[in-house]
Amino acid sequence: MNLPKSMVFTKSHEWVKFLSEDTALIGLSDYAQDQMGSLVFVNLPMVGDEVIAGEPLGDVESVKAVSDVYSPVTGTVSRVNEELLDAPESINQDPYAAWLVEVSDISDRDDFLSATEYEEFCLKEE
Amino acid sequence: MGHYLPSTDRQREEMLRALRIQSLEELYRDLPEGLVLSDGPKIPKGQGELGVLRKFSSMAAENRVFSSVFRGAGAYRHYIPAVVSSVVSKESFVTAYTPYQAEISQGVLQAIFEYQTMICALTGLDASNASVYDGATAAAEAVALCRDRKRSRALISAASNPQVIQVVNTYCWAAGYEIELIPERDGVTDLEVLETRLGPDVSCVYLEQLSYFGQMEDAKAASSLTHQAGAKFILGVNPIAAALLPSAAECGADIAVGEGQPLGIPLSFGGPYLGFMAATDALTRKLPGRMVGETVDANGNRAFVLTLQAREQHIRREKASSNICSNQALCATAAATYLAAMGPQGLREVAQQCYQKAHYFAEALATIPGLTLRHKGEFFHEFVTDLPGDAAKLLEALEAQGILGGLPLPDGGILWCVTEVNAREEMDTVVKLAREVCAS
Amino acid sequence: MKLLFEKSIPGRRSYYLAPCDVPEYTLPAPMQRQEALDLPELSETDVSRHYSALERLSFGVNQGFYPLGSCTMKYNPKINEKLAALSGFTEIHPLQPEHTVQGALRVLYEAERSLCEVTGMDAMTFQPAAGAHGELTGLMLIKRYHEARGDTPRRKIIVPDSAHGTNPATVSMCGMEVVNLSSGADGCVDLEALRQAVGPDTAGFMLTNPNTLGIFDPNIMRITEIVHEAGGLCYYDGANLNAVVGVVRPGDMGFDCVHLNLHKTFSTPHGGGGPGSGAVGCKARLEAYLPAPRVVMSEEGKLSLQQDCPESIGKVRSFYGNFLVVLRAFAYLTTLGQDGLPEVAKNAVLNANYLMKRLSERFTIVNQGFCMHEFVITMEREAKEKHVTAMDMAKALLDCGMHPPTMYFPLIVKEALMVEPTETEGKETLDEAAEIFLSLYDRAMAEPETMHEYPKETVIGRPDEVRAARHPNLRYRKAES
Repeated sequence: MNLPKSMVFTKSHEWVKFLSEDTALIGLSDYAQDQMGSLVFVNLPMVGDEVIAGEPLGDVESVKAVSDVYSPVTGTVSRVNEELLDAPESINQDPYAAWLVEVSDISDRDDFLSATEYEEFCLKEE
Repeated sequence: MGHYLPSTDRQREEMLRALRIQSLEELYRDLPEGLVLSDGPKIPKGQGELGVLRKFSSMAAENRVFSSVFRGAGAYRHYIPAVVSSVVSKESFVTAYTPYQAEISQGVLQAIFEYQTMICALTGLDASNASVYDGATAAAEAVALCRDRKRSRALISAASNPQVIQVVNTYCWAAGYEIELIPERDGVTDLEVLETRLGPDVSCVYLEQLSYFGQMEDAKAASSLTHQAGAKFILGVNPIAAALLPSAAECGADIAVGEGQPLGIPLSFGGPYLGFMAATDALTRKLPGRMVGETVDANGNRAFVLTLQAREQHIRREKASSNICSNQALCATAAATYLAAMGPQGLREVAQQCYQKAHYFAEALATIPGLTLRHKGEFFHEFVTDLPGDAAKLLEALEAQGILGGLPLPDGGILWCVTEVNAREEMDTVVKLAREVCAS
Repeated sequence: MKLLFEKSIPGRRSYYLAPCDVPEYTLPAPMQRQEALDLPELSETDVSRHYSALERLSFGVNQGFYPLGSCTMKYNPKINEKLAALSGFTEIHPLQPEHTVQGALRVLYEAERSLCEVTGMDAMTFQPAAGAHGELTGLMLIKRYHEARGDTPRRKIIVPDSAHGTNPATVSMCGMEVVNLSSGADGCVDLEALRQAVGPDTAGFMLTNPNTLGIFDPNIMRITEIVHEAGGLCYYDGANLNAVVGVVRPGDMGFDCVHLNLHKTFSTPHGGGGPGSGAVGCKARLEAYLPAPRVVMSEEGKLSLQQDCPESIGKVRSFYGNFLVVLRAFAYLTTLGQDGLPEVAKNAVLNANYLMKRLSERFTIVNQGFCMHEFVITMEREAKEKHVTAMDMAKALLDCGMHPPTMYFPLIVKEALMVEPTETEGKETLDEAAEIFLSLYDRAMAEPETMHEYPKETVIGRPDEVRAARHPNLRYRKAES
C-alpha cells in the first residue's frame, strides 16, 4: 500500500498534510481512490467556506457511485484545487499529489491515524 | 375475461409440478391470513377486445372535437406532420425501457442525443437534459436547482402561466423554499418592482417569454437586473416562438425551460406532454433528470450512453437534488422528429404564420365597437380582449358554430390564441359573430 | 450511424404548411432572433429512414424477453394503443368546457373508481407523471396531513435500506429527513429496529411490498400498526404491485397512501423512458389534500372538474397528468376485470418461481422459499473466485437476443442480478431463457476470461462510461472547418 509517512490519515480515508500549525492540505488516500475506481467528478467547497471536522466538505463521483469527503479538521477553506474539476483522474493517478482543498485557521481536528496505523486499519476493512 | 397469458393450463401444470405445489394459490401461502381477496377486486368482469373497443369509442364520442380552435393558454394546436406519428408508433421505441443497456439501445440513445442537440439549438444554451414531465415541472425543477445555502428566495413573475406558478408553488412549499410573486403590469412582469425585490438572498428569477397573456417580455432587461443581483435567470420559453424571438441565450438566461407540447405533440386533454430544460455549461452537472452523452466503445467507435448518473437518485439517494428518474422519451422523440421535419425554415414559417395570423385577427377584432385589446405591447400568437357584456355569451355563440373560442379569464377578458392552422375564413367568422354579440 | 445533423444538406426541406392567407405583419427586426437556428435541413425521406434505422438499433418488449427486475416489462396490448389514438381523445383541448369533454372526464372518473377498488383506497389523482412523481405527491399529502393537524414536529420519514433510491431522494425534496432502516438479509423490515425508529417525530414510513428482493413482508400488518401507533402514516410504493394485483390490496395491509406505476402493473408502454403515470391513491383522511382539480359526478351523472380544493397541496403538474397513459391503463383494466386481474399476479409469480427454480441449478439465489414476481441472483462468489461479475453476465446475455436483468440492485446484495419475467411470457420462453443463463454460467466457470469480451454481436461494444462522465459531450457540435 502506498502511504507517505509525511501525512496523517482518517478512518474515512482522507489524508492530511500540515503545512503549518493551523493550515493543512486535504486529499483522498490511495486506498479510497482504488475502492472508488475511476473518478469522473469532484464537488468541492468554495474558498471562504467553513468546514467542520467530521462533516462532509464535498464529494467525489465515479460512474456508479458517489462518496462524501469528510473534513478532518475545522477551519476555513483557503484554497481549492480547481485543476481537479477538469482532471479528476489525477486523483486516481497520484492521490497524494492531487490535494482537494487547503484549510486554514484550523481550530479543531479529528483523531488522526499515522501511516502505519492507517495501513492496519485498511487491512481490517478488507 | 380478456387476458395476455400465453401459458396453457398444461404448461402451468408442468410449472406447478416443478415447484412441487398443487395450485397457484399456494404461492401466496406465506401471506398473512385474511389479506387475500377470495374473489378479486370489486370491479366489472373482464371484456373481450370488441367490448372494450365499443366502450372506449363511445366515451371518445362523448367528447367534442372542435374543427376550429382559438384556445391556447399552455396547450397549443399546431399542424403535426404525418411522419411524426409514424415515428413514435415504431414498436421498439414504444415498448423499450430506459436505455440502460447501451449496446442494444443505440437507437433510443441517439434519438435523445439528437433531441438534446435540438433543444440546445432552440435555446442557444450549452446543455439539455433528456426532458422532464412537462413545462410546469421543468420550471419547478429549475427553481430548485438554483437554490443554495446563501440564496433561498425565488422570484416568480405573476405574468407566468398560472398552472406553472401553482406547480412551482407546490414544489417550493414542500421543500421549504421561499417564493415571491413579482406583479404583472400591462401583461408583462413589472420590472420596476422586480428591481426592488432583488437582493443577495435571491437565488433566481423566473419569467416567461411569452407571458401568459401572450405579451413579449423585455427578457434582456430582466436578465441583466437579475445578474446584477447575483441571481440566476430562468426563462420559460415557447418553443415555436423561439424560432422568431431572441434565443434564451441571447436574452442572457442561465436556464431555459418550457412546455414542449407545441413541437408535434397532440393536445390529448393535457398529456402526455414534455418539459424541456437546458442550461449553460456552468450548470450542466446540476441539471436534474436523464442525460445522454457521446463517448466511444471498446473499439473506438462512436457510442451513446446515459451519463452523469452520479447526480441521480439511484446513486445519491437522499442527497440527490431531484428524485426524477425518467424522461418523456417518446414525446422527446416526437419533438425531435417534428423539428427535423420542419427544419429551420419550416419552423420559422410556423412562427411567422402564427404571428401574422394573430395580428390579423387581433386587428379585425379591435374594429368591433366596444371591444378592446387589453395590452398595448408586442405580442406573438396570444392576446387578451375585453368586451362589453358577457364573454360567456360570445363563447357559446362560437361553440354553436363548432368553434372553440379563446379562454375566458376570471376577470371577464378572453385570452385568444391563433396558430398556423387557423384559416382566415375561421377568423372572419369569429369576428362576424363577435360583432353580432357585442351589438346585441 | 450518422446523426440527423450530419445528414443535413443546406436548402433541403419538407413542405407542410399552406401559404399564409393573411396580409403580412412583421416583427420589428430588433425584436427578432439574431442567432442562427441550427436545426438539420432534411427531406421527409431522410427523416423517415433515419428513424427506421434507429428503430433497428433499439430493443423493446416486442423484440424479445425482457426480464428487467423491478421494471415489469410486460407485453403492451395493441388495443390500448388503438384506443389512445382515437381523435375523440387526442384532439381535445385540456381547457375545453366540461360539457364538451364528458368522455374524457369519464375515463378519469371510472379509472379512479376502479383503481381505488384494486388498491383499497378511497380517492386517487392522476396528475403525477411517473412513479417518482407519485412518491413526491404522496409524501406531500403526508406532510400536509400533519401540518393541517398542527403536528409540525413530524418531519422524519423512515425508509428501508432495500428501497429504490427514489424514496430517500423524494423525502429530501419534501423538506423532510430520511431515517434509514437496516433490513434483515431477506430485505424484510426488522420489527425491533422499526420500533426503535418510530417516535413523535415520525411523519411516515415508505415501503415497497413485496420488497426489492421479491419477498412479501410477512409482518406487514404489524409494521403498519407500529407506524400508526406512533402517529405516522404508511406509504405504499407500488413498484412491485404486479406480484399481488387483484390478490391483496395495500389498503387492507394498513397503508394510507399508494402510488401505482401504470406503466408497469397496468401494461402501458415505457416509451424508452416515458411517458408513464404515477397515479396516487389515498384513504379518505388524505383526500382533501389531493391536487386540484378533482373529477366529480353530480346526481344527474354529469361530470365536472372541482377546482376549489382549499386544503389541497396544490398542483404537481399542469392539467390532469398523462391522460392518454391513464386511458391505456383503464383499457387494460376493462379488458382483464375482476376475473382477469388476479390471474396477472398469480401467473407473474408462477413464472418468477419457475425461472428461479431453473436457475437455482447453478446460480446462487438470494431468496429463500417462494419469491413473488421477481428474484435476485448474487454473483458475489463468482466475482471473487472467477472474476466474473454481474455485469459480465448481463453483457453476455445481450448477444443472446434477450434483455438482461437489472444489474447491481438492490444495493443490499452484492453483484446482484434482479430477474422479473412477468406473466406475459410462456413456459417455453422461460425454458429457453433458463438454458441460455445456465450455459453462460457453465462457460463462466470453464473459461472465465472470455466473459469480459461480451457483447460481440451488438452494434457497439461496451461503451466507455468514464470518458462520457469525465468530459460530458451532451450535444452534437459541428466540426471546426
